[in-house]
This record gives sequence, C-alpha cells and structure tokens, in this order.
Amino acid sequence: MQAEVKQTDQEVKHAEHSEFVSFTVAGQAFCLKITQIREIRRWSPVTILPHAPADVLGVMNLRGAVIPIYDLSARFGLQQTEASERNVVIVVSVHGKPVGLLAESVSEIISINPDDIQDTPPVDSRNTMEYIQGIISHDDTMVRIINLDAVISAPEQVLP
Amino acid sequence: MSGSIQDTFFEECEELLEATDEGLTAIEGGDHNPEVVNAIFRAVHSIKGGAGAFGLDDLVAFAHRFETVFDEVRSNRLDLDEKLIQLLLRSSDHLSALVEVARDGGQVDEAHHDTLLAALDEYIPEEEEDLSFEPMGLGGPTPVGDLGGFAAAPVVPQEETYRIRFHPLKEMYGTGNEPFFLFQALRDMGELTVTLDENELPGFDAMDVNDSYLAWDLVLVTKEPRSVVEAVFEFVEGLCELSIVGDHDAEAEANALAALDAMFSAPPADGAALPDPSPEVDSGTAAAPFEPPVPAPEPEATPASAVEKASAPKAESGKQEQRGGPKPTLRVELERVDRLINAVGELIINHSMLAQQIANLNVADLRDVETELEGFKNLARDIQEGVMAIRAQPVKPLFQRMARIVREASAATGKTCKLVNEGENTEVDKTVIERLSDPLTHILRNAVDHGIEKPEDREAAGKPATGEIRLSASHRSGSVCIEIKDDGAGVNRPRVKQIAIEKGLIPENAELTDSEIDNLLFMPGFSTAKEISNLSGRGVGMDVVKNAVTGLGGRINISSAPGKGSTFTIILPLTLAVMDGMVVSVADQTMVVPITSIVETMRGSDDMINNLGADGTLLSIRGNFVPICDVAGALGLYRESEQQAGVYLLVETETGQRCALAVDDIHDQRQVVIKSLDGVCGEIPGVAAATILGDGKIAMILDPESIIAASPTAAAFDTERRLSNAS
Repeated sequence: MQAEVKQTDQEVKHAEHSEFVSFTVAGQAFCLKITQIREIRRWSPVTILPHAPADVLGVMNLRGAVIPIYDLSARFGLQQTEASERNVVIVVSVHGKPVGLLAESVSEIISINPDDIQDTPPVDSRNTMEYIQGIISHDDTMVRIINLDAVISAPEQVLP
Repeated sequence: MSGSIQDTFFEECEELLEATDEGLTAIEGGDHNPEVVNAIFRAVHSIKGGAGAFGLDDLVAFAHRFETVFDEVRSNRLDLDEKLIQLLLRSSDHLSALVEVARDGGQVDEAHHDTLLAALDEYIPEEEEDLSFEPMGLGGPTPVGDLGGFAAAPVVPQEETYRIRFHPLKEMYGTGNEPFFLFQALRDMGELTVTLDENELPGFDAMDVNDSYLAWDLVLVTKEPRSVVEAVFEFVEGLCELSIVGDHDAEAEANALAALDAMFSAPPADGAALPDPSPEVDSGTAAAPFEPPVPAPEPEATPASAVEKASAPKAESGKQEQRGGPKPTLRVELERVDRLINAVGELIINHSMLAQQIANLNVADLRDVETELEGFKNLARDIQEGVMAIRAQPVKPLFQRMARIVREASAATGKTCKLVNEGENTEVDKTVIERLSDPLTHILRNAVDHGIEKPEDREAAGKPATGEIRLSASHRSGSVCIEIKDDGAGVNRPRVKQIAIEKGLIPENAELTDSEIDNLLFMPGFSTAKEISNLSGRGVGMDVVKNAVTGLGGRINISSAPGKGSTFTIILPLTLAVMDGMVVSVADQTMVVPITSIVETMRGSDDMINNLGADGTLLSIRGNFVPICDVAGALGLYRESEQQAGVYLLVETETGQRCALAVDDIHDQRQVVIKSLDGVCGEIPGVAAATILGDGKIAMILDPESIIAASPTAAAFDTERRLSNAS
C-alpha cells in the first residue's frame, strides 16, 4: 500500500521539521511520527485470539513473526472498525516488538515544525488525554498525534 | 582480565569437571587403568592452572591437594581403596562447588572445605606440602629459570635425558599455541636447558613476517616417562617438526637415532640443513611493510613479548591437521543456532505455502513440478534435522551431575545408595536438558529421602544394604523417555491417602485406585515428609516437578510396587521447535492439536451423544462414556456458519482422564513449527502457542489439558468423578 505523498507548500524544510504519516481512524485524522512506522500493509483477515478484548483483533503473520493487531478505533473508545480490504495495517514498533494497528486509510506524509504542535486541550476523558500527545492544524483540519507508548502498553498488560 | 576469557575458563572447567567425574565413576566401577587416573590428573591440573591465572586462590589450593593425591595414585604410591575413592568423589563434588562459587559468587561450606582438605592431606607425604605453583597459560610472563615446586618427586623411578628438537611450523602460531608454555610445562618435569636455533632467519629483506624461522633445541633431564614428555606436545602435533630422543632409548631406534645424532652433533651453523618447512611464500604478504617476526628473536630473555605477539593469531587460515583423537568441535553461540532453526522453520512453512499455491494453479500436468517440490521438501527436512541435531546434546553431563546429587543426599540421610545410569548418550534438545536438571534433582532427592530405606531396614527386608537408583534415558517413537527407578519401599499408599485427606485434597470417604493414590503426590501442596528435612520436602513438592515437565510439553507418570520400589517415567518431546499436530477447524478458525495427546479421532453421530443433567453431554465409545468438551465454547468462540461440531478427538490427560474434544472438522496431520506467543499477548487459557500454516495464516496450537480445565462440563465431571470415584 503506497501512501500518497504530497509535497507541502514549504519550499525549504527546516532541519528541526519532522515528518509524520497521517491516517484516518473512524473518520478522525491521526498521525504518527514516520520513524515509528515500520511498514504499512493492506488488511488481510487475522487469526482470532481466544478470550481477547474487543480492541485486539488477533494475530498476523509478518514474515514469520507473530504480531498482534489492534483496532485503533476500538482502542480510542470509538466504534469498532468493520475491517475490509480497503483498510490498512500500520506496523509500528512499541517496546521493541512489532505491533499492527488497524486504520481506515493512510492519507499523506506531512512535515511538522515542532513549534506548531499544540498541547491537547483538557477534555473530559482521561484516555484521550493519555493517548493523544498533541494536536496540529494541517490544511484546516485537526490532526491528532498519537502517543504510541500509552496506546500500546507493555505486552503483559494487554490481556487481562 | 577480560570477562570473556574468564567465561571460556569456566566453560572449560565444566568440561574438565565432567571428565573428572567420568573418570572417578569409572574408577568406582573398578577400572583402575592408569590412563583414567592420568586423565583425571590432567583435568584437575588444568582447572588449577586456569584458576591460578584468575587468582582464584581457594580453588587453586584445593585443586592442588586433590591433584597431589592423584599424583601419588598415579605413581603407584597410594592404593585406590574404597575409602580413598569415596574421598575423591566427595572432593570432586567439592571442586565443582568451588568452581560454582568462583563463577556465580556465594559461600563455600567452610567446615566441609576444611574437613576435605584435612582428609586429603592425610594422603599427601610431608615434603609435598609445599604449595608453590606456577599458573600455566594466561598468566603472562614468568621467568623460565624458576622451577616449579612439585617437580621434585621423592622417589626416583629412572632419570632420563631427552634431547628435543622443536621447530614450529607457521601454522602453529595461527592456532594460538605458544612455545613458551610448552617449555614451561617441560620445565615442570625436571631440569631443562633451552637453546635457540635462529640460523634459519633470513636477511631482513627476505623475511616473510608470516613465516616461522625459529627452532629450539631442548635438553630435559626428568624422571617422567617418555609418554608424559610427548603429551606436552600433544596439542601442537602436526603443527611442528618435532623429535624427541632419549639417551637410554632402545636400540630399536638406532637407525633414526644415528641420523638425528648427526644433526644434533652438527655445529649450529649447519642448521640450514633442515628442510624449509614452508617453502611457498605468499607474495601478497611478502610485500607488506616490515613487522617483527612472530616469535621474538631472543625467546629465553623475553618470553613475555612472545606471548603478546603470538597471542594475536596472524593467519586465520591455520590448517586443521587431520589426526586421530577426539573429534574436532566448534563452539558456537546458541543465538546463531537458534537463528538458523528459525530460518529453517520459515523454509518449511514456505514450502507448504508453495505446494499449496501450485496445487491451486489448476494446471493439467504438474508431475514434474511435484517431483521437484518433493525433493525440495526432503532437502528442507534434511536441513531441519541437521540443525536440530546441533541443539541436541547427550544427557551424559546431566546424568553425571545427578550422581553427585545422590551422593550428597545419601550422605545427608545416612543411607547408602548408588546411581546407575543408562542410555547416557541419548541426545535431547539443549533447552530440555537445562530445564530437566531441577525436576530430576528433586525426584532423585525424594527417591533417596523417601524411597530408599535405611540399610538395616533393607537388610531386614532381604534386600542388599545399598539401595540402587536407576536413571535411564531412551528414545521412544519420537519422544524421549527418562525413567527414574528405585528399589526402595515404594509409595506408602495408606499414608499418602491419609495426608491428602488431612490436607483437604480429597474427601474423607474417597475411594481411589492405587494409581490414583500414587498420582496424589503430584497435587499442589502435598508433601509426605514427617518433618521438613533439609533435603527434600521444602514445601515445594512433586507438583513443581510436574509443572516443569508439562512446561516442556512432556508428561510424568509414577508407578509403584510396595516393598519393591517406585518408577517415575518422564516422556518429553524430542524438540521444542517443531511438533506433529492435527490440523482441525473450530468455529471457522484453523487450529492445531498436538498429536501426542490424541488417542483416537472419530466422526460422531447423534445416537452416540447422551445428555447428562442439564448441559452435560457424554460421548459413547464402544460402551464407554466420556465427557464431551466443545472446543469452540471453551475458547469463547461462536460459530457464524451452521456447521456443528461433529468430529471428536479423544484425548487423555496426564491423570488418565479421557475427554472428547468436539471440533468442526479434521483436515490434515502435519509437522508444524512452534511460534511462542510470549510477548505477543498474555497467557490465553487453552492455547499453548501458535504456528504458521501453509497459506501463511497463523493457527493456534491448543493445549488440551487447559481446554478441558476451561470447559465447564468436562471439568465439573472430572471433579465429580475424582471426588466420588463413581466409575
């Protein structure tokens, strides 16, 4: 799955600019630092893990490694994603282990000046506060920066 | 001193201690062959040498006494009687303990240490008490002139003068051997004179830095026999030109002697008469900028500099000479082997994917492709077996350690028993060996503590006073069978039952069969020791043993006959990386059930199913009723399709309980590569691990035991039966 890359308006990129990959989950725009992402794959049915919580979709074979796949939408407390071939799995590395995150679609790569990142305004949801590291405005939409370490806790605590 | 060298030392210690144990066991068995005694002496000596280099003084001191006693035995000044053998065995155990303390830290049993030292001292003649000792190897510079203390043996067998001509080939330096250490070893035997022959040294421009030009003429006056002198050069055999001529050597060698004498009597300037050992000159290195030749030009004065220079091997390509003796081996990091095992697992998965894709192609004539694919499969299997064989190791070292456990346990309980090992060369996966150590230790301690009776009781029962524990390993149809059999009193069933009742493990009115009582030993929280002895019965019981064995994917059984003894049987899979599994489908998911747990499979019909109570169902198999456990229900999965569980896998648990696992369909029986789910997710009840199937999908490998435990009906039925023993 190729992410569509748009050149940003800025002609000159500053050294401190970092690149983020933005994607949609349950209709909302999120993004992750490009260095956190190992690869992006098309969704293919996963193997169900018995007794797993609703946001753990199952496990997938990534070139011989067994990796767990999370439904980001369910993880954020939004509705569960009806996974289809149009969806993507973003493979990230958390706590040194590969983990797959199901997202609706990948949008683009955006270059962000760290100064443009705004703190998450206090909202009445502790989960949101933990999971969202900050927000930025890009092309008049709000893009949420995911705090990966908070979303995916260490493997032992994933399942009850 | 760098940690890695020390690690190597401890690794070698392990091997040397094994060799010592092996030798002592042979001696205990009545084999007093001087070679065996020599082998032990050398092993202990090597430990002492290494320990000296690392400044492990306790170890050196003890090893020295131990070695000295062996020296006495070796020179026939001491008789190997029963008392001495027992002392030597205990000393060897203590030596292992000292090595462990040196490696892992901890405390040596001081009293035991002193007792053994005193006991060993009784065997050592007065003048041998001198503890002067030169560490061999690793220690760096030691002046050659200083003679080792224990060279002066009091009794003179026969003094002999050896003239040794030693000319290392350049390959010798490549293997890290160092003339200095050889000379040092010779010097320990007696009076040694070293003369350097540097006549072969070419002019400065003609010198090849990688070649060897130096030779030495040595004169050794010693009481040691020729074989001992030759043994010094054992490791450089084929890597040097060597001649050893004794003054009193028999006339049989007269011819050779004449020729060599001519050489020795020749003036030094005639050294060029020696053939050039390596005439071929590497043009690439010859052009290299000047470096000092590998051995320093004045070895007598500067052995240290030679150590430094030769210790960095110049030529990686040192030829391995083909010769007899032990098979050449290679130390490899475990991680590398495991990486290889993983890759081979992928290869096998890849093969089945390929086979499936080809079968899906819908091409009329696939014969040629299939033949090639079959060849590919066989090759992959070959590689897999080969790689698995790297991890496989004989159980011998493990069994030898167990002999020590039995000795210690016997000493602590005042019982006499011996351990007989069988099938020591049976090879088992390295991980299995490592993780078997604790359970075996526990079983053996139990066997000595609870199984074997006191000597007087044994005699009263008409048995030999010395108890016998038989530890055997064998391969049995794709698994490894380890058996621990003692000839003790057997399980005291009335007492076991009473304890189980007291501890509330079974109801008071329970009626249990003999084997059910025996298996009570494996229940958590069960311990029969009347009082907690410091040997077994530390609150952890046989359930720990059982868990360790099941953790390895194995099973453990006990059988016992009153008055005759008990037998523990441990059945383990050959490897932890692959297993044979039955591929089944459960609620539209593909899963794998280990073949070892399946007794039989059958397609069920409605008239075979009987209801029991509200939701219990029993399957009737040839007149027997076994509870049905629906796998989908136990795993919390729901069927989307209409298909009903119609196929039953009859499985047997370790307690002998049978249960029919209901699955939707059976597809195939095949070898699967086990992928651990550790770190992917937490523990899932009913699932042991995962594997990757031919289509690239992941399938769960089920654990029938925990599925039955998770299934309400089957588990309830089991408890019911256990408590009331209705059958």
